[in-house]
Amino acid sequence: MSLVARYLEENGIPTVVVAGARDIVETCGVPRLLFTDFPLGNPCGEPGAEAQQRKIIAMALDLLDSATAPRTTVQTPFKWSKGEDWKAKVFTEEQPWQTEEVKNAWLEKKALYRKLKEEGSL
Amino acid sequence: MSYVRYIDKTTAYYQTQGYDKPYQWAQFDDVPFAPLKKPLAESRLALISTSEIASRAWEDQRLPLERGEAANVYAVATDMPLEDLYSRTHSYDMNATTLDDVNTFFPVTRLRELSEAGRIGALSPRAFGVYNAYSQQKTTGTDAPEVLARCREDGVDIALLVPV
Repeated sequence: MSLVARYLEENGIPTVVVAGARDIVETCGVPRLLFTDFPLGNPCGEPGAEAQQRKIIAMALDLLDSATAPRTTVQTPFKWSKGEDWKAKVFTEEQPWQTEEVKNAWLEKKALYRKLKEEGSL
Repeated sequence: MSYVRYIDKTTAYYQTQGYDKPYQWAQFDDVPFAPLKKPLAESRLALISTSEIASRAWEDQRLPLERGEAANVYAVATDMPLEDLYSRTHSYDMNATTLDDVNTFFPVTRLRELSEAGRIGALSPRAFGVYNAYSQQKTTGTDAPEVLARCREDGVDIALLVPV
């Protein structure tokens, strides 16, 4: 997604990325990043928290207005309501990232991609 | 507690899963910057998502890849009923949260509200989804130009992008 933001920007369309994986986006490098320190999946606010979601998207729009140089990162003030335990658990052996079922579905899709690519369909 | 370093965490994690070669995340020294051309209140905004956002109303629920198609960029009408929208991605922290509330990753209602309040000129009628290309080269060389072309067709001035 950061690559798409960079491409649009190179071609004159200002962008803002709203994300939870700060290091991944900043390593790629984008013009404007609005970061919320939430688990992957909810970068625009917690489920059901409409007022918070509205504030986050309003902050993203504000960033389009206020940024004057690339690599401008702004962090929203919000904390995950169920605490920060998720951070220590994410991507650990104790708590697998994906169930076996999901992992196998992913591997199947990847194998299909390779097959179609080799056949020249992609 | 500081924020999660996903690059370090995933590298360590996938080593324990038997993958030797760490994923090479995209990394650039130079970053482009385009200033706003007109005030936000006069700008048309496109929402762009990698959440595999889909509509339950679509007849064919398969991914392009599953249909043997190369197309990775697709449009989603932003006036579609919210209850029709869902994400089929598994790339999120399913131990900590859910994707049941679409606006937590595809903020179409929130953008419509902000548009109605006059913060932006308009929410573009088409949002764009970009599927995982399994290749940074394809993302940059094929998918990103496709997104740009569609944004230009729609007269888009600014874009809000949400990776999941």
